[in-house]
Amino acid sequence: MMTFKIAFRNVLRNRRRSAMTLLAIAVGVIGIVLFGDFVRFVTAGLETNAVDKVGHLEVFRTGYFAFGAGNPAEFGIDDYASVVKAIGDDPALAGKLSVVTPVVQLAGIAGNFALDVSKTFLGTGVVPSDRDRLRLWDEHGVNRRRLLPDSGLRDSDEARGIVGVGVARVLGLCEPLKLDGCPARPKKSGPDGAALAVNLAGLAEAERPSQSPPDDDLARIDLLAATAGGAPNVVNMLVSRAEPQAARELDDNFVAMHIALAQRLLYGRGTPKATGIVVQLRRTEDLAYARQRLAQMFSERHLDLEIRDFADLQPFYKQAVGMFRAIFLFISLIMGIIVLFTIVNTMGMSVMERTTEIGTARAMGVRRVGVRRVFLLEGAILGAIGSTIGAAFAQVIGMVVNRASLTWTPPGQAAPSPLEVLTANSMGFVTLVWFAIVLAATLAALIPANRGARLEVVDALRHV
Amino acid sequence: MSATMSAAARPETAAAPPPVVRFQNVVKTYDEDGLKVEAIRGVSFAIPKGRFSMIVGPSGSGKTTLLNLIGCIDRPTSGALEVCGEDVGTLSDDQVTDFRSRNIAFVFQTFNLFPVLTAYENVEYPLLLLRVPSAERRARTLAMLDAVGLSDHKDHRPNQLSGGQRQRVAIARALVKHPALVLADEPTANLDTRTGAEIISLLRKVQLEQSVSFVFSTHDPQLISHAEDTFPIRDGILLEARR
Repeated sequence: MMTFKIAFRNVLRNRRRSAMTLLAIAVGVIGIVLFGDFVRFVTAGLETNAVDKVGHLEVFRTGYFAFGAGNPAEFGIDDYASVVKAIGDDPALAGKLSVVTPVVQLAGIAGNFALDVSKTFLGTGVVPSDRDRLRLWDEHGVNRRRLLPDSGLRDSDEARGIVGVGVARVLGLCEPLKLDGCPARPKKSGPDGAALAVNLAGLAEAERPSQSPPDDDLARIDLLAATAGGAPNVVNMLVSRAEPQAARELDDNFVAMHIALAQRLLYGRGTPKATGIVVQLRRTEDLAYARQRLAQMFSERHLDLEIRDFADLQPFYKQAVGMFRAIFLFISLIMGIIVLFTIVNTMGMSVMERTTEIGTARAMGVRRVGVRRVFLLEGAILGAIGSTIGAAFAQVIGMVVNRASLTWTPPGQAAPSPLEVLTANSMGFVTLVWFAIVLAATLAALIPANRGARLEVVDALRHV
Repeated sequence: MSATMSAAARPETAAAPPPVVRFQNVVKTYDEDGLKVEAIRGVSFAIPKGRFSMIVGPSGSGKTTLLNLIGCIDRPTSGALEVCGEDVGTLSDDQVTDFRSRNIAFVFQTFNLFPVLTAYENVEYPLLLLRVPSAERRARTLAMLDAVGLSDHKDHRPNQLSGGQRQRVAIARALVKHPALVLADEPTANLDTRTGAEIISLLRKVQLEQSVSFVFSTHDPQLISHAEDTFPIRDGILLEARR
């Protein structure tokens, strides 16, 4: 107790110097906590962005992940509905699942034959209501201020679909979809592709329903793809809206449609299959358990299925998170070094000023370890007070930032979203930073503390 | 040297008190910028127990070095040194520190109180090092502050006390642990004559009450006049002791 009293009072002894030291520590902690909270927000945002598109886990037929891009139809999951039901009904996963839904991935050519234009596309067939539920996932609360636009898909309307803004632009849909900042397509001068267009248009015309659909005012495009058997197949799709995508390549190729339409395109009149089953969990922390449980289930049922998580499916997530963590580590290291040198300097001066006191204490019977203990404790006290002040200010600044309605476009996202720092549930992180800084401050005090402890009593007493 | 030997060779009669300090051919050499400086040149003598002993001599004569050796805060380069019956030359650093804590107390010329502690806490500190139980510690601290007339100033920090009061606190701090030996290096040098006289009276009173051995290093005639034993030193050599 006396050691603590001496250490604490010595911290208060040179108030200006201690205040400057505390300021340096507090600024370091504010920097680490705020940037850490920002990285946590970005990580949570990237995770949310991935999970609300592809779920936490996706089940494929074995081999699809490696080879399915070549011919997705070949890797369709037979009787996928029973697999979806089995997953949904599994008592071991009860309460952990948010959405279990089949999807169909496909690639082909999209054409607006009225304008005689076409382009390749990467398509996804989804259950519209399930897609809407997937998009609502927000475990970390990062999307609470985001307004979700209408998905443009309806369970009751198999003909509806949406496209990327790039697809809409190339296919001349800017005007019908009333897209802002989307240039009109220049008139085509040459006859290139006219014959192909006529042939495909014929195929498409044959696919069109004899009766006009209720949404006949929507733009219409035709999608051409190879069926599982290799034959060309065409379906008509009513484009309800264009949805911007994060990357230009994706924006120029994105098409999403009702799963039934995708199945009709990919399997024709054959048995419809799904190329994947998306499993979205309520909480990401259940991912490992759910993955293990699904693997066990598939093994017991002798199903030739493999499971991939969202990080596998979206490598960008891992890269972006890795980059932000590296920046965070770098900043933390710099801040830590600043704290370290500040403490070494402050404690060094303190040892020098108190050399005679050290000599007196040693003469009275304080061992070297006792001298070392006092200075280490002073370093720890400075670290603890500075960290506490820094952590408190970081919370206040965090709240101000969160209420400032700042926006930014994070990596992997097409539209601007709120810029925040994740102060919620950050006690664990702040506590970790607090202990790390106190430890750094204590270790920094070790150098001057050792210098003080090693002083010879006579030399210390002679010090002026 | 012969004078030193004669002091050491003085036969200890049955009536003489046993020595609290015994030097045997002690040499202390300092290495200053590669130059060997012999501060103590082979002294042999004994300081009797329970007396008011003074090491006297001009500045640079080696009296502070001698006091440091007695206080076990410095080690002889050669020779044997026995303090309170213990051959302190054989003790490790921690052992000699603990030995000091138990047996030796210091009163410094510049008081050397801890500025962040109150008068009470300064006096209590040596008892904390000896792990004296809380209640006993409190009783002894208050009694000692009362003995030096500072009960009313127990909550004052050193910077709120006068020079004389600070030295009284330092004396209380030295005596509170009931040491066998109190060493005082020029304890009156920083005090005015009147305060110095008061401090000497106080030390003399305590010495008589507690039968503590006091060893001073001084050239203050006022203090020297109270000496029971005087050990004059010049150029690191002890001259004829006067008793």
